[in-house]
Amino acid sequence: MDFELMINSLPKLLNATVITLKLLSLSLFFGLFIGFLFAVLRMNKNPIINKFAYGYSYVFRGTPLLVQIFIIYYGLGQVEYLRSTVLWVILKEPYWCAIIAFALNTGAYTSEILRSAFQTIKPGMIEAGKSLGISSKIIFYKIQIPIAIRQSLPAYGNEIILMLKGTSLASTVTLMDLTGVAKYIISTTFKPIEVFIVAGGIYLFMTFLVHNTIKYLERKFSY
Amino acid sequence: MNIFKKTIFSVLASLLIVGNVYAADKIRIGTEGAYPPWNSKDASGKLIGFEVELAWSLCRYMGKQCEIVEQDWDGMIPALLMRKFDAIMAGMSITAERQKTITFSQGYADEVAQLAVMKGSSLEGMDTPSGINLSLGGSDVNKALKTLTGALAGKTVCVQTATIHQNFLDSGDVGAVNVRTYKTQDEVNLDLASGRCDAALAAAVAFTDYAEKSGKSVVLVGPTFSGGAFGNGVGVGIRQGGDDTIGKRDAELLKSFNKAIDEARKDGVISKLAIKHFGFDASM
Repeated sequence: MDFELMINSLPKLLNATVITLKLLSLSLFFGLFIGFLFAVLRMNKNPIINKFAYGYSYVFRGTPLLVQIFIIYYGLGQVEYLRSTVLWVILKEPYWCAIIAFALNTGAYTSEILRSAFQTIKPGMIEAGKSLGISSKIIFYKIQIPIAIRQSLPAYGNEIILMLKGTSLASTVTLMDLTGVAKYIISTTFKPIEVFIVAGGIYLFMTFLVHNTIKYLERKFSY
Repeated sequence: MNIFKKTIFSVLASLLIVGNVYAADKIRIGTEGAYPPWNSKDASGKLIGFEVELAWSLCRYMGKQCEIVEQDWDGMIPALLMRKFDAIMAGMSITAERQKTITFSQGYADEVAQLAVMKGSSLEGMDTPSGINLSLGGSDVNKALKTLTGALAGKTVCVQTATIHQNFLDSGDVGAVNVRTYKTQDEVNLDLASGRCDAALAAAVAFTDYAEKSGKSVVLVGPTFSGGAFGNGVGVGIRQGGDDTIGKRDAELLKSFNKAIDEARKDGVISKLAIKHFGFDASM
């Protein structure tokens, strides 16, 4: 074990962790919007809208994240027409391609988490609101959403952790995130065990923080 | 429960024993299978290319049984050190940096590196000598590096990770270019064609091979590079020998590879294979 290398690589790896966290937070931010939108669409009575939302979640939960990144990064890059459009400004950058892939992926999972959370709300609660003469819009915002958020916390916490680990795939499209820099250090030192142990430790520590934050929120919002 | 445990234990133990016998029996040679024409795979997944054929004939010269193992490029040297195989034949140039960790046989082939761009790029028509050797230095080399530094400023240059080409760009010889690294040369080629890379650096043959097979208008620009960070030809990578049994075997292996290369060269086998795969005699 080369402990000196482990200590020396720590600052570089911590520096790269910033990129990992940026990828994670932006993906979760966009993913939450997408997830919420599609959860609502899933519960729509119109079968076309309903099936469309189901199709989205089916495709993105049914294919590997790596394949999704490759299709968005290398696949779309091959479409010549796309390269002449304004979209190329975004798709040219590996950073945004990764965020698009991550957001679409976590969005699909989030939509399922939120949908099932909405469906666990007992009809009695909504009926109670109605019997008090509260409009269904206010019932949705003041009763259904807060309960759904609390219900989905444990599952969503898991999703954050999965996504955190998923960001390591950004290194496959040239991004120098935590895994990317770890691989770079290995490419010059040829010592994968030491470097990956340090990188793994950093991932573990971030997971620990996410896990405990979610646990704290669960306690705070329990009823 | 006891029988269950015993079964598992004996299965695991037998795996260990089989693994060891297997290791002693054959020479295992690691290659990437993704760097044509050096080494690649055909449609059925079979390993092909210059080094695959050369490996088989070197094994015949050594009178040994061989097995060719596929390994991702970025894990090539770590995998050798962890004894996943005994030798590397993967278009790996002999460089001082790698020699700190592993040892090399004599070189069997040499290649020059060159920048590639897409037709119509502003980098076309750079005024440099046709080839520079970084080990020799001199005013020609300095002038060429200066021209390149100016031309590549602010440009994104793509390379495969952990290669001599990445080392050269990281060395600062051509200023602070924006280096982007990829796991395979295939991915470098894809992003060069898509326009995400302003230029790419690799073995010149890797680009001509890609241009030929894909029909994309990739053009080589600037000087061909050799020497310095680009090393001294491509050789067989082997673990550094030692005093223990395996170390002695590795030192022995290095000797037999050197002898086999001598014989293959004398018989014209290396030249013949090089002409077949590169279109010119890249042997050394």
